[in-house]
Amino acid sequence: MTNRIETTDLPLTLELPEHEYPLHTISVLVNNKPGVLARIAQVFSRRGYNIESLVVSPAAEADFSRMTIGARGEASGLDQIKAQCNKLIDVISCYDHTDDEIVAKELALVKVAVGAEGRGEALQIAEHFGCKTLDLAPESLVLMVTGDSGKLDAMIGMMQKFGIIELVRTGKVVMTRGKGMT
Amino acid sequence: MIATEQRDGAQTLLKCLEAGGIEVIFGYSGGAALPIFDALETAGTNIKFILTRHEQGAAHMADGYARATGKPACVLVTSGPGAGNTITGIMTAHMDSIPMIIISGQQVTWMLGKDAFQEADIFGITMPIVKHSYLVKDSEDIPRVTKEALHIATTGRPGPVLIDMPKNISQGPCTASLDVDIDLPGYHPESSFEVDSDAVAAAATALKASKRPVILAGHGAMLAHAGPELKELAETCGIPVTSTLLGKGIFDETHELSLGMLGMHGTAYANKAIVEADLIFNVGSRFDDRIIGQPDKFGRNATILHIDIDPSEMGKMIRPDLKIVGDAKVILAELNKHIEPLETTEWLATLDGYKKRFPLHYKKQGGLKMQHVLDVLDRLTDSRAVITTDVGQHQMWSAQFNKSRDPWNWISSGGAGTMGFGFPAAIGAQIGRPDDIVVAVVGDGGFQMTLFELSTAVLQKLPVKILVLNNHFLGMVRQWQELFFDNRKSGVDLEGNPDFVKLAESYGAKGFQIKRPADIEKVLSRALEYNDGPCLINCEVVKEDNVFPMIPAGAALEDMIIEKPKQKMAKPVGST
Repeated sequence: MTNRIETTDLPLTLELPEHEYPLHTISVLVNNKPGVLARIAQVFSRRGYNIESLVVSPAAEADFSRMTIGARGEASGLDQIKAQCNKLIDVISCYDHTDDEIVAKELALVKVAVGAEGRGEALQIAEHFGCKTLDLAPESLVLMVTGDSGKLDAMIGMMQKFGIIELVRTGKVVMTRGKGMT
Repeated sequence: MIATEQRDGAQTLLKCLEAGGIEVIFGYSGGAALPIFDALETAGTNIKFILTRHEQGAAHMADGYARATGKPACVLVTSGPGAGNTITGIMTAHMDSIPMIIISGQQVTWMLGKDAFQEADIFGITMPIVKHSYLVKDSEDIPRVTKEALHIATTGRPGPVLIDMPKNISQGPCTASLDVDIDLPGYHPESSFEVDSDAVAAAATALKASKRPVILAGHGAMLAHAGPELKELAETCGIPVTSTLLGKGIFDETHELSLGMLGMHGTAYANKAIVEADLIFNVGSRFDDRIIGQPDKFGRNATILHIDIDPSEMGKMIRPDLKIVGDAKVILAELNKHIEPLETTEWLATLDGYKKRFPLHYKKQGGLKMQHVLDVLDRLTDSRAVITTDVGQHQMWSAQFNKSRDPWNWISSGGAGTMGFGFPAAIGAQIGRPDDIVVAVVGDGGFQMTLFELSTAVLQKLPVKILVLNNHFLGMVRQWQELFFDNRKSGVDLEGNPDFVKLAESYGAKGFQIKRPADIEKVLSRALEYNDGPCLINCEVVKEDNVFPMIPAGAALEDMIIEKPKQKMAKPVGST
């Protein structure tokens, strides 16, 4: 027996329910051209992986875009997806930052169903999470919360008791700390 | 010479293709491609245009041309259905890493996405089956796009590149210089030629420690032109060589170190060599499921070395102990500086024993056998002919009995397994190599998928030999039904086949007939000498025969069956 990993790497059907796998954060620097997003999405979907969050934005250099993709699944499968993304002509670089030293932030807008009665308590919770109040209406509040995804989850959890009318999250963006490049 | 200010997009395109090495275009005209077809007449290039009878035929011809010559091939079709008909051809080329440029005419840019006549989003449709693709939206981009497309198609791991060309773009003026720089910041195939010397040294050390090594040569070795380096390695060290279906010919199959093809219908001795080896040296194969059987059992007692130009192939199917990413020729040349003869006498003797115990065999009595026809064909052509095939029993027997001696002579749809590939591929191969004997080995099923290209072959006066191994069945599927589905024949009986000889004659081709084993040599000799255009040899072979050895899909290589077992077999767990 050698030191090789014996099994084939890529089960198309995940052994666990998808949400039980840790979230991987993959950062892709791409040419800013039509079709690039479709090409990358196809690499994920062909393998049966679901993209959980996706942020596309202009990169520092013109002509390039940055995609930050959150996905769950077997690590080996995601390695293969990463290799196949790197193979795309329009991909400059593709890294899985899951285990890297990174800063990761997300923003959410939360419309909370709160009138005069619960407003004080809601605003107190909002203040605790450092939220910004974007809109105040007779029957609702729009709050903006930023931070890591866990903080957003906690804030949204606390607002559930008032009732959440609408929720929009940007998805996570990441950057490596110090000299490391994203 | 057309002055720059008078050049339109289409003329620019053809000039750039010619400058990039395109000598032949296979295609079919249509409205959205009109400016490009007109430019074939006006651009002043020496590009030869071959009008086919169907766009799928054009794509397979280009594919065959590329596989026979090593040069990039080009397809030109119109929008919508024209482009759609190339899809099987593009997929076939993509699966087997064939350099190909597909130019599709397209609706004018302001009609895109509006369901205009013959509009199809071919850029989107083909995305998963191309190496890269372009939708050109500015005539001035044409020189850069064409140059990039050719560069991408032919470098690194080759593949098809599609250029979708709206009619107003090909018709519009183009003033851009033909000599532009490419702009591909994410594509660096030149790194394939940088050898990881540590990895090569580790490979040399692993080889030295090995007592039972085997080289597994794949298509990547062919595409890298690594034949001489592979031969030096095998001969110097005394390592036997087996090849994949697409690697056939990269190592002379008549060489005493050759084990022939491995895998599902490979030779027993090649598969036994893999099972018993202590080192498997994969040079440019992607460990396809046809050759590894059950992945967790493949080479589990062996050290596995893997050379591949594509990093995403590393560990995709089999995790190697040592990977070397890069060009096989360059890596083997470097490795050969560190090698020395190995003590493999005993190992080679063991394998010779297997060759004697489990030879490829067939019975010459009891009707006309495909194997017999192919065996005689191989002898009459001294194993030097260019052979193209479709997919199925005839393909596997051809792979077994046609001993490929030279690279670029074995042309078969491997990954995609495309029926209807063989005949048009032979046309493309013959156009690329007019002086060589080209034989399309096809079944009666596959041939009928693209036989209309007889017109193309006759018009071009190509001396292609079409060997129709006619068992009136879809033989390989019937074999599976016999072995695994209680011999229930479902959807495999090709009743209603035409008289292929008369059919060939009606197209203006020559027809031959082989009905008895005694006819084989005489008729094949006449057909091989016939050079006055294409000829078809209809072989009325026995209806029911099975290809062995066989590794049922998903089974381990050691579970290979040499002949039909008496007891009923379980349905294979693998895909097909």
